[in-house]
Amino acid sequence: MDTLPLVLTVGLLALAGFFAGKHKARLASTQVRSHSRPHYHGYLVALWTLIPALLVVMVWSFASESVITRLVVAELPARIQQMPASEKSLFTNEFKNLANEIDVKKHIPTEAIKSSDSTAVAYQAAQRYIQLTRLSQQLKAAVTLSLAALLIWFTLHRVQPQLKARNSVETIIKGLMIVSASIAILTTVGIVFSVLFEALAFFRHVPPGEFLFGTHWSPQTAIRADQVGGSGSFGAIPLLTGTLLISAIALVVAVPLGLFSAIYLAEYASPGIRTVAKPVMEVLAGIPTVVYGFFAALTVAPFIRETAESFGISASSESALAAGLVMGIMIIPFVSSLSDDVISAVPAILRDGSYALGATKSETIRKVVIPAALPGIVGGVLLAASRAIGETMIVVMAAGLAAKLTLNPLDSVTTITTQIVTLLTGDQAFDSPKTLAAFALGLGLFVVTLTLNILSLHVVRKYREQYE
Amino acid sequence: MKNHQEKIRNSLKKRHARERRFRLYGLLSVSVSILFLLLLLTDIVSKGLPAFTETRIKLDITLDPQQLGLGDHPDRDALFHANYSRLITETLKKMFPDAKTRKQRRDLKQLVSKSAAYDLRDAVLANPSLLGTTQSFWFLAKDDVDQYMKGRIDRTLPESQRRLKDYQLAWIDRLLAENRLEKRFNKTFFTASDSREPEQAGIRGAFVGSVLTLLVTLALSFPIGVLAAIYLEEFAPQNNRWVDLIEVNINNLAAVPSIVFGLLGLAVFIGFFGVPRSAPLAGGLVLTLMTLPTIIITSRAVIKAVPQSIREAALALGASKTQVAFGHVLPLALPGILTGTIIGMAQALGETAPLLLIGMVAFVADVPHGIFDPSTALPVQIFLWADSPERAFVERTSAAIIVLLTFLIAMNGLAVFMRKKYEKKW
Repeated sequence: MDTLPLVLTVGLLALAGFFAGKHKARLASTQVRSHSRPHYHGYLVALWTLIPALLVVMVWSFASESVITRLVVAELPARIQQMPASEKSLFTNEFKNLANEIDVKKHIPTEAIKSSDSTAVAYQAAQRYIQLTRLSQQLKAAVTLSLAALLIWFTLHRVQPQLKARNSVETIIKGLMIVSASIAILTTVGIVFSVLFEALAFFRHVPPGEFLFGTHWSPQTAIRADQVGGSGSFGAIPLLTGTLLISAIALVVAVPLGLFSAIYLAEYASPGIRTVAKPVMEVLAGIPTVVYGFFAALTVAPFIRETAESFGISASSESALAAGLVMGIMIIPFVSSLSDDVISAVPAILRDGSYALGATKSETIRKVVIPAALPGIVGGVLLAASRAIGETMIVVMAAGLAAKLTLNPLDSVTTITTQIVTLLTGDQAFDSPKTLAAFALGLGLFVVTLTLNILSLHVVRKYREQYE
Repeated sequence: MKNHQEKIRNSLKKRHARERRFRLYGLLSVSVSILFLLLLLTDIVSKGLPAFTETRIKLDITLDPQQLGLGDHPDRDALFHANYSRLITETLKKMFPDAKTRKQRRDLKQLVSKSAAYDLRDAVLANPSLLGTTQSFWFLAKDDVDQYMKGRIDRTLPESQRRLKDYQLAWIDRLLAENRLEKRFNKTFFTASDSREPEQAGIRGAFVGSVLTLLVTLALSFPIGVLAAIYLEEFAPQNNRWVDLIEVNINNLAAVPSIVFGLLGLAVFIGFFGVPRSAPLAGGLVLTLMTLPTIIITSRAVIKAVPQSIREAALALGASKTQVAFGHVLPLALPGILTGTIIGMAQALGETAPLLLIGMVAFVADVPHGIFDPSTALPVQIFLWADSPERAFVERTSAAIIVLLTFLIAMNGLAVFMRKKYEKKW
């Protein structure tokens, strides 16, 4: 039985348990007054069936593949057992792919069996793998369903008028709620550990000093040890300058436009214009970034190149300017909506005071409102900067791949996020320095954006305390 | 005295001019932002609209069993493996005997798409009595012919600079004169999956992949998000370190770059738990973690807005805390929570970067059948097509973007509608 039907069957069993428990409790409560109402007994039976059975399915599904692989590998001929670990894992992948091909596409590569010795071994291993996988699936279904049946029987047995079913159900629900809320912490822990461990593994290959201060980035490492010319160098400085260049262009576009829009919408616009213009500007933040990337790569970049060429300046077709410009458009709403909020929150008394002294509206805004709202605006800009640094699709599609150390916006630069995607989307061995470098970059990205976020939250919060 | 008044009057003029300028800057900023949006949308719509039509070529094919290499009573297997593409090539050669050189003959074959042979095969398989007769078929044209029909290939350019040579244009002219070329609604785009040939490529596989991924996301993030929000608003003890830690984490996760979630998915879900690569399950898990902060934050705001008096009334009647939360607060907050969930799902639908890292970027020509099958998603398909050099793929990329944006608009529209309809002022 496949996993999905199995889960559905368990669900149906739990449902049956619910009705059975409810029914039994109702019958029992005709003679004696029951502590809990019948449906709580039903819920108790259902939850006691569902949760353990689903846990078994989950643990089994996650553990089975590695266990089966280990079993199959253990049965391989000694010749393959003695191979170095990397070749062994290659062979493991080979027979797994073969198994997948046979199992899913119902395609038996007959020529493979007759051909070279190692393919024949792989074919046998694949057959064994499929056999064990099927066995595991059957066992999983049998164990889960019998466990579920046993639990239903047991919990139904316990249904009695004096059983405090409601309290038990509420305790279980509270437990579920705490687990759900704690997933946020688990996610952060997961992020930190996954990038940290891989990054530490990377720093065993490449010293942190070289990574942080090296000015040459070319992650092409040799696939075989005897290959020449591909030792790979991992100096992150060009990526950092590229990221900062594109983000700076984006902020140069977004901050004035966003800030002036916020000022206009908060201070000048009539309610009619405001109700239309505000959501329309928010749409800019809702458009998927892949759409911006397409726009940047196919419309803006060629336009910039042609314009520059008509002035006799040479421009790359993957210029930093195109990516930065489009990214700037994307983050306008981040600047404008946060600034709008803080500008609106500036107390009217301050404005009235300024008007009473004879200041014009723009003078009031420039000399009184903006200084008062400045921390909030800075917070918004920091948040927008964090967005720009972490933005991926626009730069993957519109920025280049060559790591150049330049500040020329018409040249092509590469960014941290672009490199993470390029390093991880090819077929790579999982523990090569090239793959691990992506996690080291990810760690840097996470630390930088987290710092910016905390800083911006701190600045905004501190400001709010002054007026509320 | 008069001097001062003069000074003030003069400066007032300047100050008012400055006032007007300042106001103009604001108006300009808003207009420029909105103009960018319009520019983006018109650019994509104008690029993408032609993709909703496709060009078909009518060929009269004599289904000669001998030419197909079939015996007297061919079985299904023989019909399946017969050489249909040769039949189409022969028909074309007969129609255009002027194709002499090897290159011209190869180009002649390139008038119709490779899918023509499969269409022919399916027609014969469905009705074997067609064998021996002559039938007219409307075959899918190759992308270059299609682009010419849509006016994307300029025939005034010198021959060396165009995708179609003079003799190919002459063939197309003849086909046009004989009414053998027709533009129709592009059904292929919605019924086919990804393909290396632009004219055969469609979004069905990517669309199904997106739907499956979103279903996983919804099934996980909605219950978890609601339970977490109820806990934090209704049950969590005040001044508890653990609860404070949860709140800080939720706020920070909302601003972590999406690609970092992709790294997490790659290392933890795929590397550690062995979730199949490229599967909607892996995508759904990653997107769940990304949308949870959105759902929790909006749900908490809605739950907080439910008046205290409702809780107190229920408690006074003897309800337990759990009964208050799930029987009274949750039903009142549900429309708002659903609105937040829809917005979270819309964000998840447009998300691309984390899916690239967990391998949903592979070329998948099949429609995924379940959450464990390799698949891609709509935004990833857009990314893949955007990389293809063919002109026809640019068109299809834009069309896929139009489809994606339509869904996003529909989802956000639904959210706005629900907010308007169920909004309660307590």
